[in-house]
Amino acid sequence: MSEAVSQTPSKPKTASSTGGFKHFLKATEIDTRMLGMIGALFVIWIGFHILSGGTFLTARNLWNLSVQTASVGVMATGMVLVIVTRNIDLSVGSILGVTGMIMAIAQTTWLTPMLGFDSQLVWILTLAVGLAAGLTIGALQGFVIAYMGVPAFIVTLGGLLIWRGAAWWVASGRTIPITDNNFKIIGGGSDGSIGSTWSWLIALVAIAFLALAAVNARRQRHRFHFPVKPIWAEVLTFGLGALAVVVATLVVNSYYLPGPLARRYAEASGIEVPEAGLAISFGYAVPVLLFIGVGIVMTFIARRTRFGRYVFAIGGNPEAAELAGINTKRVTMMVFALMGMLAAVGAAISTARLTSATNAQGTLDELYTIAAAVIGGTSLAGGAGTIAGAMLGALVMQSLQSGMVLLGMDTPLQNIVVGAVLVVAVWLDTIYRRRAA
Amino acid sequence: MSTTMDAISDHGSSHHIDDVDRSGPPLVEMEDISISFGGIHAVDGASIDLYSGEVVALLGHNGAGKSTLIKILSGAYKRDSGEIRVRGEAASISNPRDAKTYGIETIYQTLALADNVDAAANLFLGREIMTSLGTLDDAAMEAEARKVMGRLNPNFRRFKEPVKALSGGQRQSVAIARAILFDAKILIMDEPTAALGPQETAQVADLIKELKKEQIGIFLISHDIHDVFDLSDRVVVMKNGQVVGSAKTTDVTKDEVLGMIILGKCPPGAQPGPGAMKD
Repeated sequence: MSEAVSQTPSKPKTASSTGGFKHFLKATEIDTRMLGMIGALFVIWIGFHILSGGTFLTARNLWNLSVQTASVGVMATGMVLVIVTRNIDLSVGSILGVTGMIMAIAQTTWLTPMLGFDSQLVWILTLAVGLAAGLTIGALQGFVIAYMGVPAFIVTLGGLLIWRGAAWWVASGRTIPITDNNFKIIGGGSDGSIGSTWSWLIALVAIAFLALAAVNARRQRHRFHFPVKPIWAEVLTFGLGALAVVVATLVVNSYYLPGPLARRYAEASGIEVPEAGLAISFGYAVPVLLFIGVGIVMTFIARRTRFGRYVFAIGGNPEAAELAGINTKRVTMMVFALMGMLAAVGAAISTARLTSATNAQGTLDELYTIAAAVIGGTSLAGGAGTIAGAMLGALVMQSLQSGMVLLGMDTPLQNIVVGAVLVVAVWLDTIYRRRAA
Repeated sequence: MSTTMDAISDHGSSHHIDDVDRSGPPLVEMEDISISFGGIHAVDGASIDLYSGEVVALLGHNGAGKSTLIKILSGAYKRDSGEIRVRGEAASISNPRDAKTYGIETIYQTLALADNVDAAANLFLGREIMTSLGTLDDAAMEAEARKVMGRLNPNFRRFKEPVKALSGGQRQSVAIARAILFDAKILIMDEPTAALGPQETAQVADLIKELKKEQIGIFLISHDIHDVFDLSDRVVVMKNGQVVGSAKTTDVTKDEVLGMIILGKCPPGAQPGPGAMKD
C-alpha cells in the first residue's frame, strides 16, 4: 500500500527532468495523474499477488473484483460532481441502504404478487421505484443545501442517520429477500454474466467506439484548422485502449463456470456434456457493464453538456458562475439529485448481488465512495476531477479491500488501512496541487 | 457580435472629447438607488446616467460605493430602492441574467473567471454554443474564441490551458473578450487597468475608444483619476455612498476632481449631488 501511494508524487518530477518523456506525454495528451494511478494499481495487484501466494491475479479473483467494484464505482462517478462543486455527500451509503430496502419491499409485497412471479415488468418497475426514491432523496437534500443554505456536510451527515434509520424503520429491522430472478441478474453471478460470445462482441463494439471517437475528435479539430495530435500518438493511445479492452475480455472469458453450474447450464440449453467436463466462460458480469455504462453516461454529462460545464465552473469560482448568469442553486440541487439516483443504482447492484436487502447494506460506503473519487484525482478544493479517474479509484479501493480479505486480515485492521489510505490520498493531492500551482 | 469586432480591428480614428448626442433619453439611468448591508448605507440615494457612445468615469475612494452601485446595474446585487431605466423604460434587473438581456455586460475587478476551465469555456460561460444534438460545441466555441482573442491579444496561444495558468494581462483580455462577444450595449469596466502593464493599459484605452465609436455606453470605475480622466466624457464622483457631483471632463481639471474625491468639494464647473460638501 505504501508503495502504491508513493507512485503518484514522483510522476511530475520524472516528467520535468526528462524532456523526451514530457514531450511524449504532451503529444499523447496522457494525464500524468492517471498514469500514476494505473501504476499504483499495478503495484497493489502485484504486491497482493506475491503476498497471497499467487491467488490475486487469477481470472476468478479479478472477475470478482470487477463485480465488487461496481456498486461503489457507480456512486463514485456521482461523487466526483458533488466534490467538484465544493460539496460533499456523506449520506450515499445510507441512501443505498434505504433505496435497496424500498426496492426489496416494493418487489416482494407489491410487484411480484401483482404482476406474477418473474414477470419482465417486475425488475423494470423495481428499478424504477428505486431510482425515483434515490432521486427524490437526493433532490430533497440538494434543495436544503442549495436553497436553504445549510452546508452540505451537515445536511448529508444528518442524511447519514436519517436514511439509515428510515431503512431500519420501513423493514422493522428485518432482512428482506428478493425473489425476482430477472432482478438478480443486475447483481452478477453465473446467471448475471453474458458469456464469451457476447463479451467479445462488446469488446469489438468498444474498440470500434474508441476508433470512432479518435477519428471524430480529429475531424472536429481539422474543421476549424486547430493543431492536431501527431498520428503516432493517436495510434498509440488508441492501441493502448484497444489492448486494455482485449486483455479485460480475455480475463473474464477465462473464468469458467464451476462444474455443477456448468452442468445445469448445459442441461438447460441442451448441450451434450463431454467426458472432460465443460468450459463455459462467465464473460463480463452485468453489474460491471452497468458500471461502465454509467461511467460513459456520466463522462458525457460532465464533458459534453451544459450542466457538466456549469458544475465545473461553479467548482472553479462560484461567484463567477453566478455572475455569468448560471443558476448555481439549481445546478447544485441537480448534482445531489443525480447523486441520489446513482446511489439507487448502487443499491440495485448490491441488493441483487446479495439477493436481499439488509439494514447494514452500504454501511461505510460513503467513505469508499469519497476515497475512490479523491484517489481518482478529484480535488476537495473543488473544480477538478474526472469520472474515469474516480472509476479507477474505486477499483484501487476495492483491490485494497479484497486483497486484504484474501490475506485473511481482520475487519478492524482493514478499516484502519482504508482510513489511512484516504488521509494519505488527500495529503498527496494537496502536495500535487501546490506543486502544479 | 461581428460588427463590434470589426470596429475593434479598425484602428486609427481620433477621439473627440464630448461628441455625445444627449438629445434623446439616456441609454441607462439609475435614479435614487439605495442599498444597505447590515445597517450600513453602501449606496444612499445615488443617481447616474449614461448615453450611447459616452464614457462616464465613476470615481471615488475605496468604499465610496461605486462598485456596489454598478453591481446593482449588473444584477449582482438587488437594490433596496430606486429605479433603473434603459432607453427611458423601466428595467427589472434582479440577477446577472436579467442584466445581460438588456445588453449590460460587466468586466469585474476580480475578472470573475472560472479559473479551472479554458478561455473558450469562460468566454461562453452561461451562453454556450450547442451542436444540433444539444451537446457542447467546443470546437465552434474555440474557433470563436480564437477569432475574438486574435483581435484583442494577437499573441494569445494558450487556448487549451485553464485560465489560472494565464498572465494577468491575458486573463484581462479573456474577461474583456467575454464582455464584448455578445453585442454589448452598455459596458461596465471595474478598475479595468488595475492589474495591467503600460502597454496593455494602452491597448485597453484603444479598445474603449473603438467601442465608444460603436455607440456603446461605457461606465469606467476607478479609484485613480489618472487612469480614466483622458478617456472619459464625463466624471461622476462618489463619497460615502452618495454622489458628490458630476461634470463634463472638459469643464473641470484633474485637481478639481481630486478635490471632489478627497474632500467632497464640488467645483463651479460641476453639478453638485446630494453628497457634496455644504459650505
